[in-house]
Amino acid sequence: MLDKKSKAALVDPLFDDNPIGKQVLGICSALAVTTMLSTSVVMCLAVAGVLVASNVIISAIRNLIPSSIRIIVQLTIISSLVIVCDQVLKAYAYEVSKQLSVFVGLIITNCILMGRAEAFAMQNGPVPSFFDALGNAGGYSVVLVAVAFVRELFGSGSLMGVKVLPLVTEGGWYTPNGLLVLSPAAFFLIGGLIWALRVFKPKQVEKELVVHIPAESHGGAA
Amino acid sequence: MRVPPRDSTAYIVGFAAVVCLVCAIPIASAAVLLRPKQQQNQRIDRLSKVLGVAELMRAGERLSATDVESRFERSVVARAVELKTGAFTDAVDARTFDQRKAAGDLSTSHPVPPNEARVFRVPNHAVVYEVMKDGKVDALVLPIQGYGLWSTMYGFLALEADATTISGITFYEHGETPGLGGEIENPAWQAKWKGRKAFGDGGEVKVKVIKGAAGPPDDDPFRVDGLSGATITSRGVSHTLDFWLGPDGFGPFLDQYRAARREGGR
Repeated sequence: MLDKKSKAALVDPLFDDNPIGKQVLGICSALAVTTMLSTSVVMCLAVAGVLVASNVIISAIRNLIPSSIRIIVQLTIISSLVIVCDQVLKAYAYEVSKQLSVFVGLIITNCILMGRAEAFAMQNGPVPSFFDALGNAGGYSVVLVAVAFVRELFGSGSLMGVKVLPLVTEGGWYTPNGLLVLSPAAFFLIGGLIWALRVFKPKQVEKELVVHIPAESHGGAA
Repeated sequence: MRVPPRDSTAYIVGFAAVVCLVCAIPIASAAVLLRPKQQQNQRIDRLSKVLGVAELMRAGERLSATDVESRFERSVVARAVELKTGAFTDAVDARTFDQRKAAGDLSTSHPVPPNEARVFRVPNHAVVYEVMKDGKVDALVLPIQGYGLWSTMYGFLALEADATTISGITFYEHGETPGLGGEIENPAWQAKWKGRKAFGDGGEVKVKVIKGAAGPPDDDPFRVDGLSGATITSRGVSHTLDFWLGPDGFGPFLDQYRAARREGGR
């Protein structure tokens, strides 16, 4: 059904080469929009839409882009798509776009988009680029939804805006964890996730950067 | 036409120009085509906040745009007020008046003395909403705005027909920290305002957000629970009410309104 390259492009970013977990990109939005599950889901859809469109477009014209201005061309295409996406959200999902506020606009600066354009779409055809975008958006979404799930459940006692744990302030028994609604909580959660991912997939651990130089090579002119 | 080589300046400039033009088309069309829908969304959002603060809509109740409009039409009258004199006016159309735009325009606004709500200019005219019940004014909804911790908080304050007792407060746009100052949006906190008195016996603005918890409205009419972890936001809300219920805000209007009511005019 899919050729090997497309399949790898689609599946690898989910866990093996996750954009947040392995590449540690897109952290800013992962901190900002994950207080609520509903905003995270919309953010994931927005990123997926923009990423797929930008990867396919950039890959389709990759042989025409002069290399000296390729970054700014990628950026122009990405930002145009983001603006259109923001406008559509404001028109058709007003409530959520209000909650996401500036973070839809900030998709432009999300390193995942530029990263995929530069690292994949510039070298591959539109079809593998399409799957690569889908895979990376999926990997981003997995982390965002997981973090938002924990933050909304224990921070606000609800899921998708529906009360799950009755709060003390509203006559229930659950005292919400105030830390979880603040951005630093996402750092702890994402940090924990990256750790867990690397325990199960030791290949993701970066090699030590310190180079041990054998003793006998010292001396001489040094 | 011969295309110049890809690394030549002519090609680069040409390519950049084409990219810009092509990208401009979807952006411009999205902005133009979607604008009416977006403005409608904003308007409905504003109307539903007025309905919410006037208790014509329950917290969390979801209504379609047409339901919001029809419910609004049925029980709320928007009226323009001249802020300096406090008199009703027909100088602007209350239904279409954009108060925030007017506040930013030098020709339709005037400066106010320095105040803690950090309001620098107020529009010459403002829109107030009269909530009608059985042909009588049941409540007044006033637009308010003031500085919290991070940015300006925009909201509505609802007063009962006596123009003194608070029946509700809401904020529809703010940049306060979610979970701390952002709790000004929490319906549970907003409900604590109901029944408090905005003015003391001398007509001075007396209601205040305090640190800690206040008593029930009957015993403790001038104080409202503070938001824990959000002292500056809480203070900002107090300052906002101080300003908008005071002489540079809706003070003159409320005085006139009360006087007219005493005469039994309304």
